[in-house]
Amino acid sequence: MNKWYDSSETDENIVISSRIRLARNIKKYPFSQKLSEEQALKLIDEVKGSIKNANTYFGDSFDFININEKSNAEKYSLLENHSISQDLMEKDKPAGVLIKDDETISIMINEEDHIRIQTVFPGYNIEKAWDIADKIDNLIEENIDYAFDENYGYLTSCITNVGTGMRASFMIHIPLIEMFGQVENLSQAISKFGMTLRGIYGEGSEPLGGIYQISNQVTLGKSEKEIIEALKNVTNQIIEQEKELGNNLLKERKTELEDRVFRSYGILSNCRKISSKEAMKLLSDLRFGVITGMLNLKNKDINIYSIMMNIQPGNLIKYMNKSGNPDERDIQRASYIREKLGNA
Amino acid sequence: MLCEKCKKNAATIFYQQIINGEKREYHICEECAVKMQNGVSFDTIFKGFLDSFIGMGSTGYTTQSSFSCPTCKLSFEAFKQTGKVGCADCYNAFKEQLVPVLKNIQGSIRHSGKLPKKAGAELYAKRELENLKNQLKKAVEKEEYEEAAKLRDRIRNLEGGGNNE
Repeated sequence: MNKWYDSSETDENIVISSRIRLARNIKKYPFSQKLSEEQALKLIDEVKGSIKNANTYFGDSFDFININEKSNAEKYSLLENHSISQDLMEKDKPAGVLIKDDETISIMINEEDHIRIQTVFPGYNIEKAWDIADKIDNLIEENIDYAFDENYGYLTSCITNVGTGMRASFMIHIPLIEMFGQVENLSQAISKFGMTLRGIYGEGSEPLGGIYQISNQVTLGKSEKEIIEALKNVTNQIIEQEKELGNNLLKERKTELEDRVFRSYGILSNCRKISSKEAMKLLSDLRFGVITGMLNLKNKDINIYSIMMNIQPGNLIKYMNKSGNPDERDIQRASYIREKLGNA
Repeated sequence: MLCEKCKKNAATIFYQQIINGEKREYHICEECAVKMQNGVSFDTIFKGFLDSFIGMGSTGYTTQSSFSCPTCKLSFEAFKQTGKVGCADCYNAFKEQLVPVLKNIQGSIRHSGKLPKKAGAELYAKRELENLKNQLKKAVEKEEYEEAAKLRDRIRNLEGGGNNE
Protein backbone atom coordinates (compact mmCIF):
# COMPACT_ATOMS: atom_id res chain seq x y z
CA MET A 1 0.00 0.00 0.00
CA ASN A 2 1.40 3.37 -1.02
CA LYS A 3 1.50 5.96 1.74
CA TRP A 4 0.36 9.53 1.23
CA TYR A 5 3.93 10.83 1.51
CA ASP A 6 5.06 8.61 -1.37
CA SER A 7 2.83 10.57 -3.72
CA SER A 8 4.67 12.78 -6.22
CA GLU A 9 2.21 15.52 -5.25
CA THR A 10 4.29 16.23 -2.12
CA ASP A 11 7.12 17.43 -4.37
CA GLU A 12 5.22 19.57 -6.83
CA ASN A 13 4.86 22.83 -5.02
CA ILE A 14 5.62 24.88 -1.95
CA VAL A 15 2.80 23.15 -0.08
CA ILE A 16 3.86 19.61 0.85
CA SER A 17 0.71 18.46 2.58
CA SER A 18 -2.63 19.53 4.05
CA ARG A 19 -3.85 18.39 7.44
CA ILE A 20 -6.96 18.58 9.62
CA ARG A 21 -7.10 17.60 13.25
CA LEU A 22 -10.33 17.37 15.26
CA ALA A 23 -10.33 17.06 19.05
CA ARG A 24 -13.32 15.25 20.53
CA ASN A 25 -14.29 13.96 23.95
CA ILE A 26 -16.91 11.50 25.06
CA LYS A 27 -19.65 12.90 27.26
CA LYS A 28 -19.88 10.04 29.77
CA TYR A 29 -16.18 9.86 30.64
CA PRO A 30 -14.03 12.33 32.58
CA PHE A 31 -11.31 13.93 30.46
CA SER A 32 -7.82 12.53 30.08
CA GLN A 33 -6.24 13.71 33.35
CA LYS A 34 -9.14 12.31 35.44
CA LEU A 35 -9.67 9.13 33.44
CA SER A 36 -9.10 5.86 35.32
CA GLU A 37 -7.16 3.03 33.71
CA GLU A 38 -10.33 0.94 33.51
CA GLN A 39 -12.24 3.76 31.82
CA ALA A 40 -9.35 4.35 29.44
CA LEU A 41 -9.47 0.71 28.33
CA LYS A 42 -13.25 0.78 27.82
CA LEU A 43 -12.98 3.99 25.88
CA ILE A 44 -10.40 2.47 23.52
CA ASP A 45 -12.75 -0.45 22.80
CA GLU A 46 -15.67 1.86 22.07
CA VAL A 47 -13.78 4.09 19.66
CA LYS A 48 -12.10 1.12 18.00
CA GLY A 49 -15.51 -0.50 17.60
CA SER A 50 -17.03 2.57 16.00
CA ILE A 51 -14.46 2.35 13.20
CA LYS A 52 -13.71 -1.36 12.94
CA ASN A 53 -17.40 -2.36 12.94
CA ALA A 54 -18.43 0.40 10.53
CA ASN A 55 -18.40 -1.70 7.40
CA THR A 56 -15.99 -4.46 6.60
CA TYR A 57 -14.11 -2.79 3.79
CA PHE A 58 -13.55 0.56 5.51
CA GLY A 59 -13.01 -0.88 8.98
CA ASP A 60 -10.51 -3.43 7.67
CA SER A 61 -8.31 -0.72 6.22
CA PHE A 62 -7.48 0.44 9.76
CA ASP A 63 -4.86 -1.05 12.04
CA PHE A 64 -5.00 -0.51 15.77
CA ILE A 65 -1.66 0.11 17.44
CA ASN A 66 -1.43 -0.20 21.19
CA ILE A 67 1.04 2.52 22.02
CA ASN A 68 2.02 1.05 25.39
CA GLU A 69 3.33 -2.11 23.71
CA LYS A 70 5.61 -0.35 21.22
CA SER A 71 9.35 0.13 21.52
CA ASN A 72 10.79 3.62 21.60
CA ALA A 73 12.10 3.38 18.05
CA GLU A 74 8.68 2.29 16.79
CA LYS A 75 7.04 5.18 18.60
CA TYR A 76 9.54 7.63 17.12
CA SER A 77 8.89 6.25 13.67
CA LEU A 78 5.12 6.86 14.11
CA LEU A 79 5.90 10.36 15.34
CA GLU A 80 8.22 11.11 12.44
CA ASN A 81 5.50 10.03 10.00
CA HIS A 82 3.09 12.37 11.82
CA SER A 83 0.75 9.49 12.68
CA ILE A 84 0.96 10.20 16.41
CA SER A 85 1.81 13.18 18.58
CA GLN A 86 4.53 13.64 21.17
CA ASP A 87 1.82 13.59 23.83
CA LEU A 88 0.54 10.16 22.78
CA MET A 89 4.06 8.80 22.49
CA GLU A 90 4.75 9.64 26.13
CA LYS A 91 1.48 8.22 27.53
CA ASP A 92 1.75 5.60 30.24
CA LYS A 93 -2.03 5.19 30.54
CA PRO A 94 -3.78 2.88 28.04
CA ALA A 95 -3.62 4.67 24.70
CA GLY A 96 -3.48 3.83 21.05
CA VAL A 97 -4.01 4.87 17.50
CA LEU A 98 -6.06 3.63 14.57
CA ILE A 99 -4.14 4.17 11.34
CA LYS A 100 -5.51 3.72 7.84
CA ASP A 101 -3.33 1.64 5.50
CA ASP A 102 -2.25 4.64 3.39
CA GLU A 103 -1.70 6.71 6.57
CA THR A 104 -4.09 9.46 5.38
CA ILE A 105 -6.25 8.98 8.48
CA SER A 106 -5.14 8.42 12.04
CA ILE A 107 -7.36 8.42 15.09
CA MET A 108 -5.50 8.82 18.36
CA ILE A 109 -7.29 7.51 21.43
CA ASN A 110 -6.59 8.80 24.94
CA GLU A 111 -4.23 11.53 23.94
CA GLU A 112 -4.82 14.92 25.62
CA ASP A 113 -8.40 14.47 24.37
CA HIS A 114 -10.27 11.16 24.19
CA ILE A 115 -10.29 11.25 20.41
CA ARG A 116 -8.07 13.08 17.97
CA ILE A 117 -9.06 12.56 14.36
CA GLN A 118 -6.33 13.48 11.93
CA THR A 119 -6.43 13.48 8.15
CA VAL A 120 -3.56 14.37 5.87
CA PHE A 121 -3.28 14.56 2.10
CA PRO A 122 -0.35 15.40 -0.16
CA GLY A 123 -0.26 18.85 -1.74
CA TYR A 124 -2.78 21.65 -1.48
CA ASN A 125 -5.85 19.60 -0.51
CA ILE A 126 -7.16 21.07 2.70
CA GLU A 127 -10.84 20.83 1.66
CA LYS A 128 -10.45 17.14 0.99
CA ALA A 129 -8.77 16.68 4.38
CA TRP A 130 -11.67 18.50 6.06
CA ASP A 131 -14.28 16.53 4.15
CA ILE A 132 -12.81 13.20 5.24
CA ALA A 133 -12.27 14.31 8.86
CA ASP A 134 -15.87 15.52 8.97
CA LYS A 135 -17.12 12.14 7.74
CA ILE A 136 -15.00 10.16 10.19
CA ASP A 137 -16.30 12.45 12.95
CA ASN A 138 -19.91 11.67 11.94
CA LEU A 139 -19.15 7.96 11.77
CA ILE A 140 -17.75 7.88 15.31
CA GLU A 141 -20.70 9.92 16.53
CA GLU A 142 -23.13 7.22 15.39
CA ASN A 143 -22.07 5.17 18.41
CA ILE A 144 -20.78 7.81 20.79
CA ASP A 145 -22.18 10.93 22.46
CA TYR A 146 -19.71 13.79 22.32
CA ALA A 147 -19.13 16.35 25.06
CA PHE A 148 -20.65 19.44 23.50
CA ASP A 149 -21.94 22.77 24.76
CA GLU A 150 -24.20 25.17 22.94
CA ASN A 151 -21.94 28.15 23.64
CA TYR A 152 -18.48 26.60 23.80
CA GLY A 153 -18.95 23.99 21.08
CA TYR A 154 -16.94 20.76 21.31
CA LEU A 155 -15.46 20.61 24.79
CA THR A 156 -11.76 19.82 24.98
CA SER A 157 -9.21 19.19 27.72
CA CYS A 158 -7.30 22.31 26.90
CA ILE A 159 -9.25 25.51 26.49
CA THR A 160 -7.13 26.50 23.50
CA ASN A 161 -8.91 23.83 21.44
CA VAL A 162 -12.51 24.37 22.52
CA GLY A 163 -15.15 25.22 19.90
CA THR A 164 -14.49 23.52 16.61
CA GLY A 165 -11.68 21.47 18.18
CA MET A 166 -10.09 21.90 14.79
CA ARG A 167 -6.52 22.59 13.83
CA ALA A 168 -6.13 23.02 10.08
CA SER A 169 -2.61 23.18 8.74
CA PHE A 170 -0.41 23.22 5.70
CA MET A 171 3.10 21.86 5.69
CA ILE A 172 5.10 24.27 3.58
CA HIS A 173 8.64 24.38 2.25
CA ILE A 174 9.96 27.95 2.28
CA PRO A 175 13.75 27.70 1.97
CA LEU A 176 14.17 31.23 0.59
CA ILE A 177 12.14 32.99 3.26
CA GLU A 178 14.28 31.03 5.72
CA MET A 179 17.51 31.85 3.91
CA PHE A 180 16.72 35.56 4.09
CA GLY A 181 16.07 35.33 7.83
CA GLN A 182 12.43 36.34 7.40
CA VAL A 183 10.78 33.49 9.31
CA GLU A 184 10.52 35.48 12.54
CA ASN A 185 8.88 38.43 10.77
CA LEU A 186 6.52 36.13 8.93
CA SER A 187 5.58 34.41 12.13
CA GLN A 188 4.70 37.72 13.77
CA ALA A 189 2.75 38.92 10.76
CA ILE A 190 0.56 35.83 10.50
CA SER A 191 -0.15 35.82 14.24
CA LYS A 192 -2.20 38.95 13.59
CA PHE A 193 -4.54 36.75 11.58
CA GLY A 194 -4.83 34.13 14.32
CA MET A 195 -2.32 31.77 12.69
CA THR A 196 0.92 30.26 13.95
CA LEU A 197 4.06 28.93 12.33
CA ARG A 198 5.89 25.93 13.76
CA GLY A 199 8.76 23.63 12.85
CA ILE A 200 8.22 20.40 10.93
CA TYR A 201 7.41 18.38 14.05
CA GLY A 202 4.96 20.80 15.62
CA GLU A 203 5.02 22.73 18.83
CA GLY A 204 8.49 23.44 20.15
CA SER A 205 10.23 21.51 17.40
CA GLU A 206 13.26 22.82 15.60
CA PRO A 207 12.76 23.94 12.00
CA LEU A 208 14.46 21.51 9.66
CA GLY A 209 15.14 21.92 5.96
CA GLY A 210 12.99 25.02 5.48
CA ILE A 211 9.86 23.08 6.34
CA TYR A 212 7.20 24.69 8.51
CA GLN A 213 3.65 24.05 9.57
CA ILE A 214 1.18 26.90 9.43
CA SER A 215 -2.03 26.46 11.36
CA ASN A 216 -4.95 28.28 12.94
CA GLN A 217 -4.58 29.36 16.55
CA VAL A 218 -8.19 30.25 17.23
CA THR A 219 -10.82 27.51 17.49
CA LEU A 220 -13.85 29.29 18.95
CA GLY A 221 -16.21 31.76 17.27
CA LYS A 222 -15.39 30.89 13.66
CA SER A 223 -16.80 28.03 11.62
CA GLU A 224 -14.55 25.32 10.20
CA LYS A 225 -15.05 26.71 6.69
CA GLU A 226 -14.11 30.24 7.82
CA ILE A 227 -10.98 28.97 9.57
CA ILE A 228 -9.95 27.03 6.46
CA GLU A 229 -10.56 30.04 4.21
CA ALA A 230 -8.47 32.28 6.47
CA LEU A 231 -5.68 29.69 6.54
CA LYS A 232 -5.74 29.45 2.75
CA ASN A 233 -5.58 33.22 2.35
CA VAL A 234 -2.59 33.57 4.64
CA THR A 235 -0.82 30.58 3.10
CA ASN A 236 -1.40 31.89 -0.43
CA GLN A 237 0.36 35.10 0.58
CA ILE A 238 3.33 33.13 1.88
CA ILE A 239 3.48 31.09 -1.33
CA GLU A 240 3.51 34.32 -3.35
CA GLN A 241 6.32 35.76 -1.23
CA GLU A 242 8.43 32.63 -1.56
CA LYS A 243 7.82 32.53 -5.32
CA GLU A 244 8.68 36.20 -5.73
CA LEU A 245 11.95 35.75 -3.85
CA GLY A 246 12.67 32.79 -6.14
CA ASN A 247 11.96 34.76 -9.32
CA ASN A 248 14.10 37.69 -8.25
CA LEU A 249 16.97 35.46 -7.24
CA LEU A 250 16.76 33.47 -10.46
CA LYS A 251 17.00 36.71 -12.41
CA GLU A 252 19.85 38.25 -10.45
CA ARG A 253 21.86 35.40 -9.00
CA LYS A 254 20.99 32.36 -11.05
CA THR A 255 24.49 30.92 -11.07
CA GLU A 256 24.87 31.13 -7.30
CA LEU A 257 21.54 29.38 -6.83
CA GLU A 258 22.37 26.66 -9.34
CA ASP A 259 25.74 26.23 -7.75
CA ARG A 260 24.16 25.71 -4.36
CA VAL A 261 21.58 23.22 -5.65
CA PHE A 262 24.13 21.18 -7.61
CA ARG A 263 26.69 21.20 -4.80
CA SER A 264 24.03 19.88 -2.45
CA TYR A 265 23.13 17.23 -5.00
CA GLY A 266 26.81 16.35 -5.29
CA ILE A 267 27.25 15.90 -1.56
CA LEU A 268 24.03 13.92 -1.13
CA SER A 269 24.82 11.51 -3.95
CA ASN A 270 28.41 10.93 -2.79
CA CYS A 271 28.49 11.25 0.98
CA ARG A 272 29.47 8.30 3.14
CA LYS A 273 28.32 9.68 6.49
CA ILE A 274 25.78 12.42 7.17
CA SER A 275 23.81 13.84 10.14
CA SER A 276 20.06 14.30 9.79
CA LYS A 277 20.45 18.04 10.22
CA GLU A 278 22.91 18.40 7.35
CA ALA A 279 20.91 16.02 5.19
CA MET A 280 17.72 18.03 5.75
CA LYS A 281 19.47 21.22 4.72
CA LEU A 282 20.85 19.69 1.54
CA LEU A 283 17.57 17.92 0.70
CA SER A 284 15.86 21.27 1.08
CA ASP A 285 18.17 22.68 -1.63
CA LEU A 286 17.42 19.65 -3.78
CA ARG A 287 13.67 20.10 -3.43
CA PHE A 288 14.03 23.76 -4.37
CA GLY A 289 16.05 22.76 -7.44
CA VAL A 290 13.43 20.24 -8.54
CA ILE A 291 10.45 22.56 -8.02
CA THR A 292 12.04 25.43 -9.92
CA GLY A 293 13.02 23.08 -12.74
CA MET A 294 16.72 23.80 -12.20
CA LEU A 295 17.51 20.20 -11.46
CA ASN A 296 16.18 17.27 -13.46
CA LEU A 297 16.58 14.07 -11.54
CA LYS A 298 17.00 11.11 -13.84
CA ASN A 299 14.82 8.92 -11.69
CA LYS A 300 11.35 10.51 -11.76
CA ASP A 301 10.12 8.33 -8.88
CA ILE A 302 12.36 10.03 -6.36
CA ASN A 303 10.28 11.60 -3.65
CA ILE A 304 12.31 14.10 -1.68
CA TYR A 305 9.81 14.67 1.10
CA SER A 306 9.56 10.94 1.69
CA ILE A 307 13.38 10.73 1.89
CA MET A 308 13.28 13.59 4.44
CA MET A 309 10.94 11.56 6.64
CA ASN A 310 12.79 8.29 6.22
CA ILE A 311 16.17 9.65 7.31
CA GLN A 312 14.86 10.74 10.73
CA PRO A 313 16.42 8.67 13.53
CA GLY A 314 13.34 6.56 14.42
CA ASN A 315 12.49 5.65 10.83
CA LEU A 316 16.13 4.87 10.11
CA ILE A 317 16.32 2.48 13.06
CA LYS A 318 13.17 0.76 11.79
CA TYR A 319 14.70 0.51 8.32
CA MET A 320 18.06 -0.76 9.62
CA ASN A 321 16.26 -3.15 11.91
CA LYS A 322 18.65 -2.34 14.75
CA SER A 323 19.26 0.75 16.81
CA GLY A 324 23.01 1.17 16.33
CA ASN A 325 24.87 4.23 17.59
CA PRO A 326 24.57 7.71 16.06
CA ASP A 327 27.75 7.12 14.00
CA GLU A 328 26.34 3.97 12.43
CA ARG A 329 23.08 5.79 11.76
CA ASP A 330 24.93 8.59 9.95
CA ILE A 331 26.61 6.00 7.75
CA GLN A 332 23.32 4.21 7.11
CA ARG A 333 21.63 7.54 6.35
CA ALA A 334 24.26 8.40 3.75
CA SER A 335 23.91 5.04 2.07
CA TYR A 336 20.11 5.25 2.08
CA ILE A 337 20.21 8.68 0.40
CA ARG A 338 22.78 7.54 -2.19
CA GLU A 339 20.64 4.53 -2.99
CA LYS A 340 17.52 6.69 -3.38
CA LEU A 341 19.36 9.15 -5.63
CA GLY A 342 20.58 6.26 -7.72
CA ASN A 343 24.24 6.47 -6.76
CA ALA A 344 24.67 3.49 -4.48
CA MET B 1 13.59 41.11 39.20
CA LEU B 2 12.36 37.57 39.84
CA CYS B 3 11.24 35.24 37.04
CA GLU B 4 7.50 35.58 36.48
CA LYS B 5 7.10 31.86 35.93
CA CYS B 6 8.96 30.08 38.72
CA LYS B 7 9.32 33.12 40.97
CA LYS B 8 12.61 31.61 42.17
CA ASN B 9 15.44 32.62 39.85
CA ALA B 10 16.39 36.03 38.60
CA ALA B 11 14.69 37.01 35.36
CA THR B 12 17.37 37.31 32.71
CA ILE B 13 15.30 36.81 29.59
CA PHE B 14 12.65 38.98 28.06
CA TYR B 15 10.00 36.89 26.29
CA GLN B 16 7.37 38.23 23.91
CA GLN B 17 4.32 36.35 22.82
CA ILE B 18 1.82 37.51 20.25
CA ILE B 19 -1.66 36.05 20.21
CA ASN B 20 -4.17 37.47 17.75
CA GLY B 21 -1.96 40.48 17.32
CA GLU B 22 -1.91 41.20 21.03
CA LYS B 23 1.49 41.37 22.56
CA ARG B 24 2.27 39.88 25.99
CA GLU B 25 5.60 40.29 27.64
CA TYR B 26 7.28 38.16 30.25
CA HIS B 27 10.45 38.45 32.24
CA ILE B 28 11.68 34.93 32.88
CA CYS B 29 14.75 32.97 33.90
CA GLU B 30 16.84 30.78 31.61
CA GLU B 31 15.48 27.55 33.04
CA CYS B 32 11.90 28.56 32.27
CA ALA B 33 12.91 29.78 28.83
CA VAL B 34 14.38 26.37 28.01
CA LYS B 35 11.17 24.73 29.23
CA MET B 36 9.18 27.03 26.98
CA GLN B 37 11.30 26.19 23.98
CA ASN B 38 10.86 22.51 24.69
CA GLY B 39 7.22 22.84 23.90
CA VAL B 40 5.63 23.15 27.31
CA SER B 41 5.19 26.84 26.74
CA PHE B 42 1.47 26.76 27.12
CA ASP B 43 1.49 25.15 30.57
CA THR B 44 4.12 27.45 31.93
CA ILE B 45 2.62 30.67 30.73
CA PHE B 46 -0.97 29.75 31.35
CA LYS B 47 -0.95 30.24 35.08
CA GLY B 48 0.45 33.75 34.90
CA PHE B 49 -1.94 34.49 32.09
CA LEU B 50 -4.96 33.41 34.09
CA ASP B 51 -3.76 35.21 37.20
CA SER B 52 -3.44 38.46 35.33
CA PHE B 53 -7.09 38.25 34.29
CA ILE B 54 -8.57 37.14 37.53
CA GLY B 55 -6.53 39.66 39.42
CA MET B 56 -8.02 42.39 37.27
CA GLY B 57 -11.70 41.74 37.16
CA SER B 58 -13.39 39.09 39.19
CA THR B 59 -14.07 39.76 42.84
CA GLY B 60 -13.78 37.21 45.60
CA TYR B 61 -11.19 35.21 43.71
CA THR B 62 -8.91 34.87 46.70
CA THR B 63 -11.65 33.48 48.92
CA GLN B 64 -12.81 31.15 46.16
CA SER B 65 -9.44 29.90 44.99
CA SER B 66 -9.84 26.54 46.72
CA PHE B 67 -13.06 25.56 44.97
CA SER B 68 -13.36 22.49 42.77
CA CYS B 69 -15.50 21.09 39.97
CA PRO B 70 -18.36 19.17 41.64
CA THR B 71 -18.24 16.37 39.06
CA CYS B 72 -14.57 15.44 38.65
CA LYS B 73 -13.23 17.21 41.78
CA LEU B 74 -10.51 19.02 39.84
CA SER B 75 -9.56 22.05 41.89
CA PHE B 76 -9.42 25.44 40.27
CA GLU B 77 -5.82 25.70 41.44
CA ALA B 78 -4.92 22.52 39.54
CA PHE B 79 -6.71 23.79 36.45
CA LYS B 80 -4.75 27.02 36.65
CA GLN B 81 -1.46 25.13 36.63
CA THR B 82 -2.11 23.40 33.33
CA GLY B 83 -5.03 25.11 31.59
CA LYS B 84 -6.56 21.67 31.19
CA VAL B 85 -10.00 20.81 32.52
CA GLY B 86 -10.90 17.46 34.10
CA CYS B 87 -14.32 16.91 32.56
CA ALA B 88 -17.06 18.54 30.50
CA ASP B 89 -18.67 20.03 33.61
CA CYS B 90 -15.52 21.99 34.51
CA TYR B 91 -16.52 24.46 31.81
CA ASN B 92 -19.57 25.33 33.90
CA ALA B 93 -17.90 25.05 37.28
CA PHE B 94 -15.15 27.52 36.30
CA LYS B 95 -17.36 29.57 34.01
CA GLU B 96 -16.91 32.92 35.71
CA GLN B 97 -13.12 32.62 35.55
CA LEU B 98 -13.03 31.05 32.10
CA VAL B 99 -15.09 33.52 30.12
CA PRO B 100 -12.62 36.43 30.22
CA VAL B 101 -9.72 34.09 29.47
CA LEU B 102 -11.52 32.49 26.53
CA LYS B 103 -12.43 35.90 25.19
CA ASN B 104 -8.80 36.83 25.23
CA ILE B 105 -7.31 33.62 23.85
CA GLN B 106 -10.06 32.90 21.35
CA GLY B 107 -11.53 36.34 20.74
CA SER B 108 -15.04 34.93 21.13
CA ILE B 109 -17.11 32.79 23.48
CA ARG B 110 -19.68 31.65 20.98
CA HIS B 111 -19.25 28.50 18.91
CA SER B 112 -20.40 28.90 15.33
CA GLY B 113 -18.95 25.78 13.74
CA LYS B 114 -20.15 22.23 13.26
CA LEU B 115 -22.88 20.82 15.49
CA PRO B 116 -22.92 17.16 16.47
CA LYS B 117 -25.79 15.31 14.80
CA LYS B 118 -27.31 13.91 17.97
CA ALA B 119 -26.69 16.57 20.61
CA GLY B 120 -27.10 19.29 18.03
CA ALA B 121 -30.55 18.59 16.55
CA GLU B 122 -32.29 21.23 18.67
CA LEU B 123 -29.43 23.64 18.17
CA TYR B 124 -29.75 23.41 14.41
CA ALA B 125 -33.29 24.77 14.69
CA LYS B 126 -32.22 27.42 17.15
CA ARG B 127 -29.40 28.60 14.94
CA GLU B 128 -31.69 28.68 11.92
CA LEU B 129 -34.09 30.87 13.90
CA GLU B 130 -31.32 33.29 14.89
CA ASN B 131 -30.17 33.41 11.31
CA LEU B 132 -33.68 34.28 10.07
CA LYS B 133 -34.09 36.97 12.71
CA ASN B 134 -30.84 38.55 11.57
CA GLN B 135 -32.00 38.48 7.97
CA LEU B 136 -35.32 40.04 9.02
CA LYS B 137 -33.52 42.86 10.78
CA LYS B 138 -31.44 43.55 7.70
CA ALA B 139 -34.50 43.41 5.42
CA VAL B 140 -36.32 45.95 7.59
CA GLU B 141 -33.28 48.22 7.64
CA LYS B 142 -33.14 48.10 3.86
CA GLU B 143 -36.91 48.65 3.73
CA GLU B 144 -37.44 45.43 1.78
CA TYR B 145 -40.85 44.82 3.27
CA GLU B 146 -41.96 42.00 1.00
CA GLU B 147 -38.87 39.99 1.92
CA ALA B 148 -39.37 40.93 5.58
CA ALA B 149 -42.92 39.61 5.55
CA LYS B 150 -41.76 36.27 4.14
CA LEU B 151 -39.04 36.01 6.77
CA ARG B 152 -41.48 36.90 9.54
CA ASP B 153 -43.78 34.08 8.44
CA ARG B 154 -40.92 31.59 8.46
CA ILE B 155 -39.88 32.73 11.93
CA ARG B 156 -43.46 32.35 13.22
CA ASN B 157 -43.57 28.92 11.71
CA LEU B 158 -40.38 27.81 13.44
CA GLU B 159 -41.28 29.40 16.76
CA GLY B 160 -44.72 27.80 16.73
CA GLY B 161 -43.06 24.42 16.20
CA GLY B 162 -44.56 24.26 12.74
CA ASN B 163 -48.18 24.80 13.86
CA ASN B 164 -49.60 27.82 12.16
CA GLU B 165 -52.32 29.13 14.40
